[in-house]
Amino acid sequence: MSEIEIESRNLDLWYGSAQALKEITMAMPEKKVTAIIGPSGCGKSTFIRCINRMNDLVKDCRITGELLFEGTNIYGNSVDAVELRKKIGMVFQKPNPFPMSIYDNVAYGPRVHGLRNREELDRIVEESLKASALWNEVGDILDRSAIDLSGGQQQRLCIARTLAVKPKVILFDEPCSALDPISTAKIEDLINTLKHDYTIVIVTHNMQQAARVSDHTAFFLLGELVEFGKTKQIFELPEKKSTEDYITGRFG
Amino acid sequence: MTSLISPATSDRAAKVMLWVSASISILTLLFILGYIVVQGLPVLTLSFLLESPRLSGAEGGILPAIVGTFCLMLVTLLSAVPIGIGAAIYLAEYAHEGAVTRIISFGVECLAGIPSIVIGLFGYAFLAIYLGFGFSILSGGLALMFMILPWIVRVSEESLKAVPSGLREASFALGATKWQTVSRVVLPTAIPGITTGVILGIGKAIGETAVIMFTAGSSLLMPTSLFDPVRALPYHLYILASEGISDKMAYGSSVVLLVMVLVINLAAVAIQRHYGRHHVRN
Amino acid sequence: MKTNERIIELLLFLSAATAVTIVALIIIFLLKEGLPVLVKVGIIDFCLGMKWNPIAIAGEPSYGIFPMIVASFYVAIGSLIIAVPLGLACAVFLAEIAPSWARSILKHAIELLVGIPSVILGFVGLVLLVPFIRDHFGGWGFSILAGSIILAIMALPRIISISDDAIRSVPREYKEASLALGATHWHTIRKVILPSARSGIVAAVILAMATSIGETMAVLMVVGNTPILPTPIYDILDPVRPMTSNIVLEMSYATGDHASALFATGIVLFIVVAVLNVISHRALKSKMGTRR
Repeated sequence: MSEIEIESRNLDLWYGSAQALKEITMAMPEKKVTAIIGPSGCGKSTFIRCINRMNDLVKDCRITGELLFEGTNIYGNSVDAVELRKKIGMVFQKPNPFPMSIYDNVAYGPRVHGLRNREELDRIVEESLKASALWNEVGDILDRSAIDLSGGQQQRLCIARTLAVKPKVILFDEPCSALDPISTAKIEDLINTLKHDYTIVIVTHNMQQAARVSDHTAFFLLGELVEFGKTKQIFELPEKKSTEDYITGRFG
Repeated sequence: MTSLISPATSDRAAKVMLWVSASISILTLLFILGYIVVQGLPVLTLSFLLESPRLSGAEGGILPAIVGTFCLMLVTLLSAVPIGIGAAIYLAEYAHEGAVTRIISFGVECLAGIPSIVIGLFGYAFLAIYLGFGFSILSGGLALMFMILPWIVRVSEESLKAVPSGLREASFALGATKWQTVSRVVLPTAIPGITTGVILGIGKAIGETAVIMFTAGSSLLMPTSLFDPVRALPYHLYILASEGISDKMAYGSSVVLLVMVLVINLAAVAIQRHYGRHHVRN
Repeated sequence: MKTNERIIELLLFLSAATAVTIVALIIIFLLKEGLPVLVKVGIIDFCLGMKWNPIAIAGEPSYGIFPMIVASFYVAIGSLIIAVPLGLACAVFLAEIAPSWARSILKHAIELLVGIPSVILGFVGLVLLVPFIRDHFGGWGFSILAGSIILAIMALPRIISISDDAIRSVPREYKEASLALGATHWHTIRKVILPSARSGIVAAVILAMATSIGETMAVLMVVGNTPILPTPIYDILDPVRPMTSNIVLEMSYATGDHASALFATGIVLFIVVAVLNVISHRALKSKMGTRR
């Protein structure tokens, strides 16, 4: 059993007066893939966005409870959200490359954090693109606009962009929902490789995807964590009735 | 309602009427432009553009007025662009809903609705007299800035708000600060729209007369400093025409002014077209 | 890092506050300069006084701007009488029946028209319209009629584009429902589309009125400059002096109370235009309100 990287303790979240997350308690182990599944509106995206404090950007969003990253409560007073996000990267539902060159996209993070050395940047860009399995396709067109890439390539570019910051954790918020099956397969392969070096949390509405890529799975329903365990167990021997209903496709 | 005319006939008659209305509007415009160009084109010679006026403008050229207009636009641009874009960034990216933001937006709306002659009066009392800038390029340029500031704020704000929020999120998720996100991602993405707006703003300012009458002065000498008075081209045109100095020179000045406005507007369109192709919005 | 961000936010806030500050300064300075005469003459007497005689050779000068307030409204309303039917027709044409080539021509023409500096329109009015009116209708030529026509040309683009937007925002279903009931296109436009777009169009008209009252150069050059009511009052061939012209014509040599009276004219102009702008805004807002 590996170390716990992220741990949520009695996490509640309100948007205004509506409670979106109720008493979420779960632990995500280091260098494993944890999948979060559930029907839309169950709070899975909201939860993952707590982990890198993206919900800070939402007005009237209030959080209680603890969310520990490497043992520190990330909602503690001493934690700087900007610093935190360097360690916890995020890949979004829709590929969102910046309207600039491929190179500048990948170099964005390091530059923002003060890196100016061109050789060093070159090295990071190349490494990141190789790690996201995109180097072979774009290695010689780095100054082309990222907007011209296909959807799948754009998403892998976004992964490369995240890797360039050298995070410890990567959060995937339904990364394949806007992609075709072939691009999806490539991203899944990539996640399987990346988990050797990174702790990964992935939100998906695609149960097969969760079964394929994850080590642990959490099932959310109406803002509550219904069940959390080894993926194999959740899919083969769920303890709760609602989990079984969802997995067998009775609702969702 | 009983009518002797069948619905089909009245439908056709109405459509003819609409076509006629549209044609009248376009023909009026063409007539005005055509008349000025036909009358003014013979006046346009190199010496008209490059000489100073003689006999109050009845003879000679209009160079000082062109230079004066250029100087005013420079001051307007240099003051309106940073303030306008800064305000737009604040409103689009930083402002929270609340009384302060409402007051700021209301102020922008108000300023946009103030008649230009009132801005001219204010410029005279505040810039020329109270701040002691006198009749000068500085006073005139700043007064014009007051006039186009709301326009630049509004256009820039719209361009910024049109930037997909996914780009902001991506930047924040990479550990960028607010200002890094705004300055490196949001602003560059919005720049084509903002540039178009700024250029159109200058197009509005360049033909403006009432604002500069009591702020920029009416000197026909070449300015040597920011505090020198100048007579902008539209004001020169007004004086030539209303004091009956020379209709010929007035036509020539009109054509020059029209060409300036046209070039400015075409530049704005060109920028929009050029960047429109690359613009992302999926 | 943190303090940097704070400083930047403060600078941006200051930029944003500039417009409010300018508006406040405008109000302060107009009052500072204009109030003395308003107090001395009395607001009522100033606004309703019939006689403008700021440099009295013998006796007291008098500052009454009622004829000029009337003149401002006169030319503005005159311009609307011309521009609204024409502009509305153009907007309906654009939104409903124009083939794409005609649409693009008209759209470009409108943009071009917006760009023409008002002083050029005034100049064209001076050399073409004024003599034309003098020769064919009589009078001086410098007249309410000339002012109204030039202002109508200026108001046209604004009325067209806002009305066009208002008509376009009428839900397609309304139109389709009417056509499906066997109504002709024109009948549909008149009975369904225009009524639905009404508040947007009203907003456009009031806004055009505010702009016309505030317009200076174009009117100044064609409307004459006599600070008295037209006689008889309906004589649109009489010259008048709107508030804006009053300021321009006398500002260059006015001193003391006279200058103060011109600033006071500016105050009245400011208030009139502001009120119209607010009404127009309300009309536009209520439109948004009814459609979610």
